[in-house]
Amino acid sequence: MILRLAAVVLLALGSIPAAAQQVESEAPSVAIEGEAPAAGPLRVTVTDVSAWQDLGIAIPAFATPANASTPAHLDGTGALGQELARVITADLRNNGLFRPIGPDALPRPPFPEITSPAWSTWDSRGTEMLVHGFVRAERDGRLTVGCYLYDIALTEELVREGWVVQPADWRRAAHKCADLIYSRLSGESPFFDSKIAYIAETGPKDNRIKRLAIMDSDGANHRFITNGQATALTPRYSPDYQSIVYLSYLNGNPRIYIYDIGTGQQRLVAQNNNPTFAPRWSPDGRWILYSMAVGGNTDIYRVPASGGQSERLTDTPGIDVGGSYSPDGSRIVFESDRSGSQQVYVMNADGSNQRRITFFGGRSATPEWSPRGDQVAFTHISGSFRVAVMSPDGRNLRHLTDSWQDEAPTWAPNGRIIQFFRTTRNSGETSLWQVDLTGRNERRLPTPVGASDPAWGPVLP
Amino acid sequence: MPRILIATLLAGSCALAGCASKAPKELPEQPVSVTPQGQATGTPGSGGAERTIIPGSNADFLQQLRGRNVIFFDTDKFDIDSADSASLRAQAEWLLRYPSKRATIEGHCDERGTRDYNIALGERRANAAKNYLVSLGIDAGRLATVSHGKERPVALGSNEQAWSQNRRAATITID
Repeated sequence: MILRLAAVVLLALGSIPAAAQQVESEAPSVAIEGEAPAAGPLRVTVTDVSAWQDLGIAIPAFATPANASTPAHLDGTGALGQELARVITADLRNNGLFRPIGPDALPRPPFPEITSPAWSTWDSRGTEMLVHGFVRAERDGRLTVGCYLYDIALTEELVREGWVVQPADWRRAAHKCADLIYSRLSGESPFFDSKIAYIAETGPKDNRIKRLAIMDSDGANHRFITNGQATALTPRYSPDYQSIVYLSYLNGNPRIYIYDIGTGQQRLVAQNNNPTFAPRWSPDGRWILYSMAVGGNTDIYRVPASGGQSERLTDTPGIDVGGSYSPDGSRIVFESDRSGSQQVYVMNADGSNQRRITFFGGRSATPEWSPRGDQVAFTHISGSFRVAVMSPDGRNLRHLTDSWQDEAPTWAPNGRIIQFFRTTRNSGETSLWQVDLTGRNERRLPTPVGASDPAWGPVLP
Repeated sequence: MPRILIATLLAGSCALAGCASKAPKELPEQPVSVTPQGQATGTPGSGGAERTIIPGSNADFLQQLRGRNVIFFDTDKFDIDSADSASLRAQAEWLLRYPSKRATIEGHCDERGTRDYNIALGERRANAAKNYLVSLGIDAGRLATVSHGKERPVALGSNEQAWSQNRRAATITID
């Protein structure tokens, strides 16, 4: 069950937070400007992030008008304010974004300064930006969290926003604040307030247990969904996060199931006796693409997510597999070995106009269309397995990783970061990694056990 | 566990015979004559104190086939070569002898492929074996296939010798 954040409009500059009147919107969206990034003064291209990567950002503890008890933290809203700033700092630092300085190295601003920073405290610390915020427990138990971004040199507020959350969702308020900072300074769309489904792996290589698991984009709120009795593979979050489509060997054979996160129930996507695998959602969540082998021949099908008749989209001898919709849902990028080896093809959503786009040498597999539409990420197999990106017309190949076996890229909701999994030679141990589009900022994601098949969901409303 | 046992035996033979691009060209003799203990280890469902092998059981199948219940493939390939067809003929012989028995053919791949594709490729290999058995007179209705892609390796290294043993289709009869 995903609780929506109610948007709060923090009122005019100068009013202290305690006096701010919250206006709760019924709309699922937050009170942020449209995603058009043009307004950002620091917008740069992805290949030159240095202009804003070096920005120092001071993120002191969030203030609270009065320390109040909350289920979100044993020591009340005062201590929670410190945690909020830590989560924001970790979001930015772990993704190689900016130069954040967290609350443990900074003085703690008192509540009245949140909307009126004490500039002299902040202008000699070598940071250009300042984040202030507050957290307040409401009578109904919910938390109001306000987030303010200031330009220290200009002594000006750049942006502010607030959210009302259930105590259990307090980390989401921190991610929303990190998203607000990131979006305002980079001109890019947000991505922190999102979740990841993946496969947790334990046990030796010849007896590996594979379980469906989910976590927040920063690894918090980790949860195993399946118990490991049946091998689970290749999950994908539905665009509304209500369900996960994945492959399970539940009855001994590979079949695609839709797991409902709210009810814990699952159902087969296609009712027949053939193996079905490689499931993918359409961007609007109405369709599921899948692959089905009949007599050894694999083709791509689509079926309404609500159930119904499947429609075959490819019809060639060989293996047509995978598939990923363009963001507008009009086209599908997929993988086929009809030419003799795995290569990437594009077709219209109805299966028409199929054409090959990869001519790089080696094999090209697991294409995933960027949520921005401008790139396709895929696995390039040429000796090693490397995560690469290209234009949807197959031009502009760029390798982002260089390891023995990296595969299965999945996009951050803003199309600026890619996660994938890495397999270690011989041991077969797997781990989740992410890399930005420059290829320079690569890092391992912390997971409790081995991990593969990541699938990054959209930004939560 | 029968598959693992067999693969271990094959691995040893591979080192002796010298490995070609395609795993075990020559099927090895078992290093020891088949004893009741040996069969029992490799045979689920054959338990019981006497450890006798019931004719027509999977244990019997494995004993008769002496490793030929598994066939091997080249990288990214699923064609049946002469060694494979010899193995499949032996499998068909047994299946013709026990016409009430059903079998499952498991298709597998090495780790050097992407996951989804390997599920498709494993299915293709299992089907190639199935179709060959059908061409030898086995009723298709007796033969099921399942692909495990790259999920169930028997050889654990990351080298060509291990991969050649993992690119396989293994026939298991159903007791």
